[in-house]
Amino acid sequence: MSLSILKAGILDTIQDQGRFGFRQFGINPGGAMDQYALQVANALVGNPFEETVIEIHFPAPELEFLADAVIAIAGADFTPFINNRKTDILHPVAVRQGARLRFEKSVMGTCCYLAVRSGFDLQPWLGSHSTHIKAGAGGFKGRPLKKDDSIPLKKNINLSEFAGDNDFLQFHWKAAPQSMDHLPENISVMRGPEWDWLTQDAKKNFIHDEFIISSQSDRMGYRLHGNDLSSGVEEELISSAVSFGSIQLLPNGQLTILMADHQTMGGYPRIAQVIAAHHSRLAQKKPKEKIHFQLTDNKSAEIIYLKQQEDLRLLQIACSLKLDEILYP
Amino acid sequence: MDSLLPYRIYANSESAITIDFGNHIDRNLNRRVLAIHHFLQANPLEGMVESVPAYSSLTVYFDILAVKKHAGEETASRCMEEALAACMQKDIAHAPDDGILHRIPVCYDEPFAPDLSLIIHEKNISRTNIIDIHCERTYHVFMMGFLPGFAYMGEIDTRIAMPRKKQPAKRVEAGSVGIAGRQTGIYPLHSPGGWQIIGRTPVPVFDPFHEPVCLLKAGDQVQFYSISSHEFEHIKSRYS
Repeated sequence: MSLSILKAGILDTIQDQGRFGFRQFGINPGGAMDQYALQVANALVGNPFEETVIEIHFPAPELEFLADAVIAIAGADFTPFINNRKTDILHPVAVRQGARLRFEKSVMGTCCYLAVRSGFDLQPWLGSHSTHIKAGAGGFKGRPLKKDDSIPLKKNINLSEFAGDNDFLQFHWKAAPQSMDHLPENISVMRGPEWDWLTQDAKKNFIHDEFIISSQSDRMGYRLHGNDLSSGVEEELISSAVSFGSIQLLPNGQLTILMADHQTMGGYPRIAQVIAAHHSRLAQKKPKEKIHFQLTDNKSAEIIYLKQQEDLRLLQIACSLKLDEILYP
Repeated sequence: MDSLLPYRIYANSESAITIDFGNHIDRNLNRRVLAIHHFLQANPLEGMVESVPAYSSLTVYFDILAVKKHAGEETASRCMEEALAACMQKDIAHAPDDGILHRIPVCYDEPFAPDLSLIIHEKNISRTNIIDIHCERTYHVFMMGFLPGFAYMGEIDTRIAMPRKKQPAKRVEAGSVGIAGRQTGIYPLHSPGGWQIIGRTPVPVFDPFHEPVCLLKAGDQVQFYSISSHEFEHIKSRYS
């Protein structure tokens, strides 16, 4: 009863919503880069949002299901194929034992999530299943997945009656998350604690210029290429806690945005903060893609976030009810 | 201690607020930060996820959905700012105890101390003197960060203070003891790093499968003592 890795991808890791309570010891929360896509993938298979999933980047892995499973793929579209037939992201799919999943090409986004109904049977580290690669703990043996790894599934499910002679069956209904239909360039931000360290010109440039995601971008952070925003301030900032989405101004006038595996503390001016509801679209940006920042405030940011979470909750309830009805008639 | 230190509270994001006592490194300021941290550990604000002490500020992370249950029309961050401000009116003036005193062995021998000769040269000071000065003081752990279990400790004597490297080393070994400005610290894991490395400890400061996972925490006190490479190997073998 497991999922076996036939061929490893460039960075396949077990992730969940993150590890909390340990930032005070320098242990960052980590977790999925695109928390929204993780929630969508889990909702589609009727899992609670905190269930463990596999985060996949491109080149993606090839996997074999050694047991029947109900799965869903959300986030980036890497053109999934099951047993050499194309399947779609954002649908629940019933797969039979022996089915092989591979990904053909990257057409949208950078982080793809594979959720399995009832999740994987793994030991948490400090309350979370997220893989902490530096610490060598959490997830699957504290490391990215490798060829021949076999990831145990938590629950057995028999789909012979439901699937009949099919080796897999895609459910008709799908999630239609708005922010995933297209990937807008606009990223909304709130002013950061050191926003006023920027000169008037730099503030204007920050809002009007476009910024390009540099190739030096990873799960820790995105470096941006753009106009020099050097602040007039000479003061050296003492380190304080930073967050996912904090936009820091480096001494060379360039920007960096902290992502899932960011360090807990930072000492660069925090000029802005990407709003929570836009973390997902930011996480799906590739190197060389451009982004535009637009200013908003905490109140508006919270309203969009709450709406997003409410939609996810409804999706989760709808999928749970429907799946229960179909799988256990 | 002065419980009336000026501070400001601001939102970092929709799910984090910070109470900031100013842009300096100061033991008393830091003790104030830790007192609030300890208070919040024992009396968490409703919806709080965790509190994270830094040199002169404390950041409180919270679950927006949980806070919104009782926040009404206010934003979650506004509600948490008010809760934290109310908390500051309470009697949490007491400095926490000085934490645990750790005596940590360090071998300052050549292979473990790639940057010691630079300090000898730059500061015109003997090797023995550097070691004596580094071991003389008891350091305060101001905060944790950078890597799991990495303690920012200070402040070191200005006679051995050295700026960070301009070009960070590609690989600093786990256990390496470094200096940056007036801070000193131990690398819990091998990592790229910019601190000047003057020795190595055989004692693990981070072990994911040991309870507690981190040897040090903010507020602890640390004193180093010098050991030979023979003692280093002996102590190291006890941990493997």
